[in-house]
Amino acid sequence: MSDLTTKTAAEIAALVAGGETSAVEVTQAHLDRIAAVDDQVHAFLHVDTEGALAAARAVDERRAAGEPLGPLAGVPVAVKDVLATKGVPTTVGSKILEGWRPPYDATIVERLRAAGTVMLGKTNMDEFAMGSSTEYSAYGPTRNPWDLNRIPGGSGGGSSAALAAYEAPLAIGSDTGGSIRQPGAVTGTVGAKPTYGGTSRYGLVAFSSSLDTPGPCARTVLDAALLHEAIGGHDPRDSTSIPQPVPDVVAAAKLGATGDLTGVKLGIVTEFAGEGAEPGVLAVFREAVDALTKLGAEIVEVSCPHFTYALPAYYLIAPSECSSNLARFDGVRFGLRVGDDGSRSLEEVMSLTREAGFGPEVKRRIMLGTYALSSGYYDAYYGQAQKVRTLITRDFTAAFEQVDALISPTTPFVAFPIGARTSDPYQMYLADLFTIPTNLYGGPGISVPCGLSDGLPVGLQVMAPTMADDRMYRVAAALESAVGTFTPPAL
Amino acid sequence: MTTTLPSYDDVVARYEPVIGLETHVELGTRTKMFCGCPTDFGGEPNTRVCPVCLGLPGSLPVVNKAAVEATIRIGLALNCSIADWCRFARKNYFYPDMPKNFQISQYDEPLCVDGYLDVEVNGETVRIGIERVHMEEDTGKTLHVGGATGRIHGATESLVDYNRAGIPLVEIVTKPIPGTGELAPEVARAYVTELRDVIRSLGVSDVRMEEGSLRCDVNTSLNLPGQEWGTRTETKNVNSLRSVERAVRSEMLRQASVLDAGGRITQETRHFQEDTGDTRPGRSKETATDYRYFPEPDLVPIAPDPAWVAELKAALPELPRVHRRRLQEQWGLSDLDMQSVLNAGAVELIEQTVAAGATPAAARKWWLGELSRRANETGVELVDVGATPEQVAELQGLVDAGKLNDKLARTVLEGVVAGEGSPTEVMTSRNLEVVSDTGALTAAVDEAIAANPDIADKIRSGKVAAAGALVGAVMKTTRGQADAKTVRELILARLGA
Amino acid sequence: MAAISREEVAHLARLSRLAVTEEELDTFAGQLDVILQAVAQVGKVAAADIPPTSHSVPLTNVLREDVETPCLTPEEALSGAPDVDQQRFRVPRILNEDLAS
Repeated sequence: MSDLTTKTAAEIAALVAGGETSAVEVTQAHLDRIAAVDDQVHAFLHVDTEGALAAARAVDERRAAGEPLGPLAGVPVAVKDVLATKGVPTTVGSKILEGWRPPYDATIVERLRAAGTVMLGKTNMDEFAMGSSTEYSAYGPTRNPWDLNRIPGGSGGGSSAALAAYEAPLAIGSDTGGSIRQPGAVTGTVGAKPTYGGTSRYGLVAFSSSLDTPGPCARTVLDAALLHEAIGGHDPRDSTSIPQPVPDVVAAAKLGATGDLTGVKLGIVTEFAGEGAEPGVLAVFREAVDALTKLGAEIVEVSCPHFTYALPAYYLIAPSECSSNLARFDGVRFGLRVGDDGSRSLEEVMSLTREAGFGPEVKRRIMLGTYALSSGYYDAYYGQAQKVRTLITRDFTAAFEQVDALISPTTPFVAFPIGARTSDPYQMYLADLFTIPTNLYGGPGISVPCGLSDGLPVGLQVMAPTMADDRMYRVAAALESAVGTFTPPAL
Repeated sequence: MTTTLPSYDDVVARYEPVIGLETHVELGTRTKMFCGCPTDFGGEPNTRVCPVCLGLPGSLPVVNKAAVEATIRIGLALNCSIADWCRFARKNYFYPDMPKNFQISQYDEPLCVDGYLDVEVNGETVRIGIERVHMEEDTGKTLHVGGATGRIHGATESLVDYNRAGIPLVEIVTKPIPGTGELAPEVARAYVTELRDVIRSLGVSDVRMEEGSLRCDVNTSLNLPGQEWGTRTETKNVNSLRSVERAVRSEMLRQASVLDAGGRITQETRHFQEDTGDTRPGRSKETATDYRYFPEPDLVPIAPDPAWVAELKAALPELPRVHRRRLQEQWGLSDLDMQSVLNAGAVELIEQTVAAGATPAAARKWWLGELSRRANETGVELVDVGATPEQVAELQGLVDAGKLNDKLARTVLEGVVAGEGSPTEVMTSRNLEVVSDTGALTAAVDEAIAANPDIADKIRSGKVAAAGALVGAVMKTTRGQADAKTVRELILARLGA
Repeated sequence: MAAISREEVAHLARLSRLAVTEEELDTFAGQLDVILQAVAQVGKVAAADIPPTSHSVPLTNVLREDVETPCLTPEEALSGAPDVDQQRFRVPRILNEDLAS
């Protein structure tokens, strides 16, 4: 393993900017690492070797010509396969988009390029970001670098595993119910879900439009903040994008790294502190709370009574939106087409295409959402879930009148063995129990490693008010300064 | 299916119709509803598309401000309340001309509600209630291959062009219109005509039915007097004003024959047949019953600023009804005369002819006379007859200047309509100008006097009326190109009468 | 009592354009039943007077000026299509035979 692959993004950017290494060298080191370990991890669906080296050369040429470099110039980044990348395969982990090369770039991809980063390739994910283990990828599961027989979380298991395996220092994820934070927690990496509307969804293949939030994944809180700053901010192509500057997350991460949380009041969500989580996870969480107290934070318990209903509300809202969003995958304009042998009608061909192209979890959610939106059931299911969403938002608002940020374990359990929960879909859904409320509310949340339980990482989640993303970075960075980072056993 | 239809008089004597109209108008914005692709008509297939209007994965819609503004202006012109808050919704159904397999539309929260439009039928004003005016996006165009005459029935495959997909549409829905009795078909036509004129006066669409920028669905039901309204059918594919009228009439006849036979009307979509003038059942879509509407999560609500709405209201142009009344007054027409101008579709043409310099009376004479006759003969709308208001004004100018007499002017107009050029050009090239050179005329007059000594004597003796015969002779030798009045004066002067 | 029947699942599959197999119908009916029973908990919340939230961002009037932006070329537009003819997206016949008669 090259030294360059163990460096943080901040370190790499400094080395490149200072001419101590070249972007090509950095990129090649990571490509070599991918070649060496990705057979075991399977974090990547597509490695864009030529594109990455070309981008790296361009950075080096700009530097040589004395042109200004972006803040993350020369830093490799892995992109979850949910973002459209012009001319580069984009599958969303699904057979239905196998071979699709979009004719356009997502806004975040454009911004990554403008920041001087080097895209290594596209990472594995649960199909259409529906899942918590990356086992629902149509292209086979990603394995957790901490234990290759265990899941790396999901849906963005590829991005988090790539970080934990030192295949990339930065990665992009997307978080609809926890798909950045939960993989971060179970791989011992950092994953941040920005405020909804704080990062552009343009070019993010939609799962649940009102919840999907792209965001940064990294091995350190500062790196996550640097990436957040590079990709965040208003995008006129996304109507739900907030027309305000990105909160100063980098400054907040640096402030937090000083290890002082004096004057910061944190709330433990009562409803998430007792039941639902494994004893090992709870034990590590409590140690982390003690650490935060030592850093000067004031800790109180805050009740958020409607959080109990977040999971059922989420599993009505997200499937409903998904049933509509995924209707366009019909084999007419792009992607797979099955059964068009001249004897069948369009409806038959469409139905065979979707049957063959979608995996079981996607089909379940499409049917569930179709059901919840049906005229006879709308009020009882989708309509009622939207009201619960209002109540959850009110719980958050009330909580943030008492505390600066809320904390909880990120996920109830450590990385579970591959195959352990696939037969019972609802057991899989429980992985997102603690992360979902934030998505329904729209605020930011971050998972930061806080310890190990039986040798497997545990994450602590910090939740902040909307557009106060800086607050969660400060707390997360402070905790990181106290407990350190966690390195998996060598592959 | 063919049964003997009752007579129309018989139907309206026994049943009361209730009609309703849903009209789609393609807005004339530069760009589409949710993306920056141009909206120009025509164009090579799939050249005016982008990730958004193709519904590519990851793409997102952004609302066109000009489309919202145009919709508000239509709502204001139709006396609607403008919602202070409204939303888009997704209408979910699978169809290949719809790139996302849902249409972004408005459902229970439209932008404009509860207005009306007054229309005139047979000199009476009928107030049509407007239920709602809302925004949505158009679909692509499908070319059916392998079947007869390009129809979907029997086609072996279809080819889709998404240039039209995403063009802004405004849907205008009337409240049910009861109580029009035998006039129901005329009311329907008058409403669509008036709506078209209102929208054209706003300049937000070219509202051409034949190009599909104005499309109409007609709802019709029948009930017995004093009973509840009947089950309605929705007739689509109604592509001209005349078809609107015919569709209502034929659907009334069809429903009456079903009811007379003890049958029940099925709530269904029917298609108007331009060739036969009747309606036929459309395809039954199993999904049509449940569109699973829900608020469009990719768009945020629209809350028009009251100041903006007030500004738009203040800037509305004079609406056609008011405008027409003003013109009627200016032109000094009776209600009946104005009605014939309206029926001929000549209001704007006359107005423009007057603007180009003709008197209202002259302009009306040409458009309702010679040009209407020609339009009828050739089966075209008056506006497409081949002469422009400017040309008509120019023609009248030549008459007023004495260069053309009435008969010559009609001949010149023929040339204009045939595309030979402007009235002056036609006059010159066909050598039709009135002979006003007195020398030549005097010679012709002398010749006529010499050839008709008896008549000349009668005139000399005071029988001035006899001059007509000499005038006729002069006109003949000058091939009609003399001014009859001048000729007459010359003859009388020559003969000292 | 089951929240959803096998027949209802078959209907949902048709609405969703999924040609599911008989075996899948059995599996999905059971799984969807479990999920629906669980998510039906939202009904326990007294929320009659609570307004629904469909957007978490408090934005309104996000509008775009009526200005043209570049289109894709037809080649780009059609590049991902499974079947193309005459610069258009080709699809099999739209009507089912039983309806086309």
